[in-house]
Amino acid sequence: MKNILELHDVSMIYGPVKALQNVDLNIREGEWVAVMGSSGSGKTTMMNIAGCMDKATQGTVILDGEKVSRLSAKDLTAIRRDKIGLIFQQFHLISYLTAVENVMIAQYYHSMADENEALSALERVGLGQRAGHLPRQLSGGEQQRLCIARALVNHPKLILADEPTGNLDQANQDTVMDIFRQLHEQGSTIIVVTHAPEVASHARRIVHLDFGRIVRDVLNTDGSAAKDSVTGAISL
Amino acid sequence: MNRQKMYLKIVFSSLLRRRSRMLVALLAVAIGATVFLGMGAIYYDIPRQMGREFRTYGANLILVPSGTDSRMRLEDAVRAEALVPPDKLVGATPFRYETMHYNMRGLTVAGADLASARKTSPYWRVQGEWPEEENQVLLGRDISENARIYAGASIELEIAPAGGRRFKREFKVSGIVSSGGAQDGFVLMPLRTLEALLGSPGRAAVVEMSVAGDSAELALLAEKIRAEVPGVTPRLVKRIMTSEAAVLGKLRVLVYLVTAIVLGLIMICVGTTMMTVVAERRKEIGLKKAIGAGNWNIIGEFLGEGLILAGIGGLLGVGSGYFFARTVSMSVFGRGVALPVFLVLLTLLASLAVTVLASLPPVAGAADVEPSVVLRGE
Repeated sequence: MKNILELHDVSMIYGPVKALQNVDLNIREGEWVAVMGSSGSGKTTMMNIAGCMDKATQGTVILDGEKVSRLSAKDLTAIRRDKIGLIFQQFHLISYLTAVENVMIAQYYHSMADENEALSALERVGLGQRAGHLPRQLSGGEQQRLCIARALVNHPKLILADEPTGNLDQANQDTVMDIFRQLHEQGSTIIVVTHAPEVASHARRIVHLDFGRIVRDVLNTDGSAAKDSVTGAISL
Repeated sequence: MNRQKMYLKIVFSSLLRRRSRMLVALLAVAIGATVFLGMGAIYYDIPRQMGREFRTYGANLILVPSGTDSRMRLEDAVRAEALVPPDKLVGATPFRYETMHYNMRGLTVAGADLASARKTSPYWRVQGEWPEEENQVLLGRDISENARIYAGASIELEIAPAGGRRFKREFKVSGIVSSGGAQDGFVLMPLRTLEALLGSPGRAAVVEMSVAGDSAELALLAEKIRAEVPGVTPRLVKRIMTSEAAVLGKLRVLVYLVTAIVLGLIMICVGTTMMTVVAERRKEIGLKKAIGAGNWNIIGEFLGEGLILAGIGGLLGVGSGYFFARTVSMSVFGRGVALPVFLVLLTLLASLAVTVLASLPPVAGAADVEPSVVLRGE
């Protein structure tokens, strides 16, 4: 499997704050990786850089074989549009568009809005019957599933989810993780940023960040690696 | 679904499902368009309306005989009249002046088309009745007061036709005319009566014309008459025309100023509303950029919303602006107001232009939104 994302010696420095320090990370196609860490550990900064929403102050970022670390804002927008599916903790849905239109708008910016394809994406996350509803008419879990459908619809190379279950109850959290598991089985590359061990435990690989550095990067074949982080174990 | 259809869906959904905020901007545009069209219609109609008003101050174009002749032929005057567009000609009154005597005292007798004089000189005040029969005359106020002859009395005039014998004729004074001008010292009788008494019909010393139009139009008309009817010389009544031009000029400046101020205020209102809209929608903009919208997508969507608002507001403004102009015109001039098509189009264009101009700074700001900043988790 080739690498879909490579970070080489990546740092992000905001004035005196070093949000990321000399991070090296390779993620292969089809991997499901959880990025864990406490608040301020650099998780979201890393996700923004990986998601082409921010540019690292130092280092090289390669996405799908293309060096993106020095691209212009316009080119980064094109990369996001073509290769990345973003899922947010706060869902960030467009309030005046229906569920299906929220999916179609991602298609519209990408190429051409196709209602049937958008409906299929909603079906995949179990929202086929809610296509005509506005976001405010959906529950939190449904809104997150809609966010996932929007991220999937353009068949991105990389799905990036920032605390995807942060605003969900246990039942909805399980539903969302189930969708991620299905996506992983279908070959999608997923990076989930989370501080919750139970969310990270579903991933096949867990990367721990602390003070902007990767302090642990382990395979999680049996789901126990996430629990180790709670006890503070470090293995590099 | 093609791109245009999806674009329209995004823009219309935003407007229809976020009505309350957009109504403020819509109202601002509609009020601006109302004032623009209302003031524009009044501005456009002022010359016509005020021109009609100024016609009450009397003739503004005088025809006098050319060269050294003391009288012109009436057929020349009729040819000159024919050069005036019918809708612009308020009236044309030929006058012929002769001298008659009353109690050995010479009096100026003006023979005139009195029906036409009522149109060209509506400021004449007649106490009593206008002459309706050939032996009836109007007496100027000064003569009436000096000779103590009043409406309903008779006056005997001594007439001396050229080359003929003097004779006397009694006339009934149907009314006393008061104009504040030379007519107060005249005896006024129908032109036909004067012609019958003194001969030489079809002649006039002067023809007073009242023509609706501004000074430029009148000057053109005068040139045309001078060129095409050599028997008469047109003269513009500068006193009336200058006053008319001065009043119209001031009114137009007033309308300009009010319209400019209102458009400025509307720009501020639309601009601040758009600024608020953009500020409220920073997360939405950030999200759109995060999922691949380019700056032009964002700008296009906001401008699309603005243009739809401007179009609807402009159309509302055309309707209410016409109502506003008509109400003002009816109450001030007592007449309706014209609504030229170009003014409707101009109002719609002005609504679009003002909205786009007011929206540009906040919309440009929208394109600068950084998705990573506005979408940061809470």
